[in-house]
Amino acid sequence: MHYNWHWAVIVTEPYLGWILAGLEWTVLVAAAAWVIAFSLGSVIGIARTVKSRGMRIVAGSFVELFRNVPLIVQMFLWYFVLPEVVPRTMGIWLKRDLPHAEFWTAVVCLGIYTACRVAEQVRSGIGAIGRGQSYAGLATGLTPVQVYRHVLLPVAYRIIVPALTTEFLSIFKNSSLALTIGVLELTGTTRKISELSAQPMEMFLTATALYGAVTLGVTALMRVVEARGRVPGLIVAETQ
Amino acid sequence: MTRFTLAYIEKILPLLWDGMQVTLLLTALSLVGGGTLGTVLAVLRLSRSKPVALFAAAYVNLFRSLPLILLIFWFYFLVPLIVGHPVGGFYSALTGFILFEAAYFCEIIRSGIQSVRRGQILAGLATGLTYRQTMRAIVLPQALRNMLPVLLTESINLFKSTALVYVVGVRDFLTTAGMVGTRDNTFVGMYVLVALVYFVLCLGASLSVGRLQRRYAL
Repeated sequence: MHYNWHWAVIVTEPYLGWILAGLEWTVLVAAAAWVIAFSLGSVIGIARTVKSRGMRIVAGSFVELFRNVPLIVQMFLWYFVLPEVVPRTMGIWLKRDLPHAEFWTAVVCLGIYTACRVAEQVRSGIGAIGRGQSYAGLATGLTPVQVYRHVLLPVAYRIIVPALTTEFLSIFKNSSLALTIGVLELTGTTRKISELSAQPMEMFLTATALYGAVTLGVTALMRVVEARGRVPGLIVAETQ
Repeated sequence: MTRFTLAYIEKILPLLWDGMQVTLLLTALSLVGGGTLGTVLAVLRLSRSKPVALFAAAYVNLFRSLPLILLIFWFYFLVPLIVGHPVGGFYSALTGFILFEAAYFCEIIRSGIQSVRRGQILAGLATGLTYRQTMRAIVLPQALRNMLPVLLTESINLFKSTALVYVVGVRDFLTTAGMVGTRDNTFVGMYVLVALVYFVLCLGASLSVGRLQRRYAL
């Protein structure tokens, strides 16, 4: 294998600026999508544990629907198909007038996809708490909403911190799929520069290091959060 | 514009089936390759030699921190550099899938082995079995039953992930459907059809895994 290393390429303009912009888009997509994933995921997860059978079925179907279609296919459905099937004026707005349409499409798509996975974690977190807790809450006169608000959710979220960390990291990695609809995030930028500069190795190693660094950083940070928020006597599995 | 009718679907079905075969082949080869490499890595990770275990752990953590698309591109550029001539999207993507999935399979197999209680190994050794016999006759059968549902679920995930080869132009199910959709201007119907096929296949598979799990759970 013969390869001319030329590391200076990654700090030359315009490439350096592009790499940083790519990293910025990756972080923006992941962060914005996480807002949707966490809030919507919590609602769906809670809906899967309530007494009403109808609500459980609706929430369950939602999860199955988004879990069983590849993410890249969902990306295409949101980006190419949705504007064609909604009313005409709205379709035109989506295609032509919405600023940063690719960005928002990627955010919504990733957000909803991950929401379904977060929902499963929230559900299992609530399920991990003994039923006695919610009976006790109801017996002391709390309403069902208050039981969730003051008894179940505070403990459930603390139990699922490690699982949520994994989901956040997966949204961060999956944000690379935004390149398929034209968002120049880190992976897309890496490919573009590799083709333009003829120095693919340096670019790919840089991107690998950046992804690795963010993952390591988030993992380390969440380990602290997890240790602080640990529910005494309730942690079942010690993570390695 | 071509109408998206049953007759039309029937006409393009052979093309779509060609694409689906590529998807299935890619899934099967990645499963075999990733499963084999993953088993080796799991054994290394559980090794008593510290450097060996550390190496395997580093491999797993590195590959789990990278997006799959990045890896597909990595090998799209790297494999031709190593072998000296272009190999096409299929083989570079396959390399990426095998190395990537190995990291996930390693973790599943390792936690499966560790899910067997220590007392079982000790009891096996105490009855006079050798370490190898204990592993083969006592630990592995239980570990396999514990990890089978997770292994199958990961295989379904892999099946879905193979759609990512779209980015290097491999003519799998999604890419083929996209190409036909662009050619005939039927992409709305095509993408909905693709989603539907994936949905039915994956839902069916995951429901079967659930049933299997309830039947064989220890």
